[in-house]
Amino acid sequence: MKLKEIVEMLEAELLTNEEHLDREISCAFGSDLISDILMCTKEATLLLTGLTNPQVIRLSDMIDVMGIVFVRGKMPSEDLIEMANERDLPLISTKFTLYKSAGVLYNSGLRSCKI
Amino acid sequence: MAIYESIKPEKESTIKQFLDNPPEPEMSIDYEVNKKDFVNSGKASSDIKLLLKKLGVSTEVLRRVAVASYEAEINITAHSQGGKIVCNLFSDLVQLFFIDIGNGIKDLEKALEPGFSTADDLVREMGFGAGLGLPNIKKNSDYMKIVSEYNDHTELELLIFF
Repeated sequence: MKLKEIVEMLEAELLTNEEHLDREISCAFGSDLISDILMCTKEATLLLTGLTNPQVIRLSDMIDVMGIVFVRGKMPSEDLIEMANERDLPLISTKFTLYKSAGVLYNSGLRSCKI
Repeated sequence: MAIYESIKPEKESTIKQFLDNPPEPEMSIDYEVNKKDFVNSGKASSDIKLLLKKLGVSTEVLRRVAVASYEAEINITAHSQGGKIVCNLFSDLVQLFFIDIGNGIKDLEKALEPGFSTADDLVREMGFGAGLGLPNIKKNSDYMKIVSEYNDHTELELLIFF
């Protein structure tokens, strides 16, 4: 599904370049533990997390992240948004919890990434 | 001094041959890693991945090198007084050294147990400190060696074949 649909379903806000809304997303993974994210994402994945420090963006240099959904109303700093735009990495922020966000997306047919 | 070594069985003879008669690397790069610098930590691993990508290394190997190197780089940032990474490139493998300036690992056997962590609150808040760093590094490398002296320093060596 398109990132645009995800933004709508999660009543979220896109924080990066508008053209990111057309990005096609095929699967997702959710966690607040960096080691788990590194180990559990063997394919290009949308990441749902409550982490908003620079290392969550740095992660996308190591593994294939298609975009990041910040849950629980977490907002990254301007520096972080700039880091993401430099990498052409879409960022969105939702007030929904990790549990609710994952539930909504899963029910809409977005599958879990291969782990 | 505590030493731990782990060799992937299927690569054992090749690795032993390499370690007994280490050839001259085709390229060698050093990176400095600073204590508690969570803004810049990870840059070296990102750079190493990019370099290997340019050399045409497969996606799967790139992912393994990046994950192992990143976990080790974060370890220097989170747990040591700072240190450096040395990346030695050969035609069929990469050799990585992560050398810090202290303070050594108190109980190396325990540090290797999944779930064991000595990370402080700052490190945990950032999503690290799950105790999965060294297990992740081991899983993604063909050879791993840790030499650590408590109250002194730690040296981690990794070999990953292309």
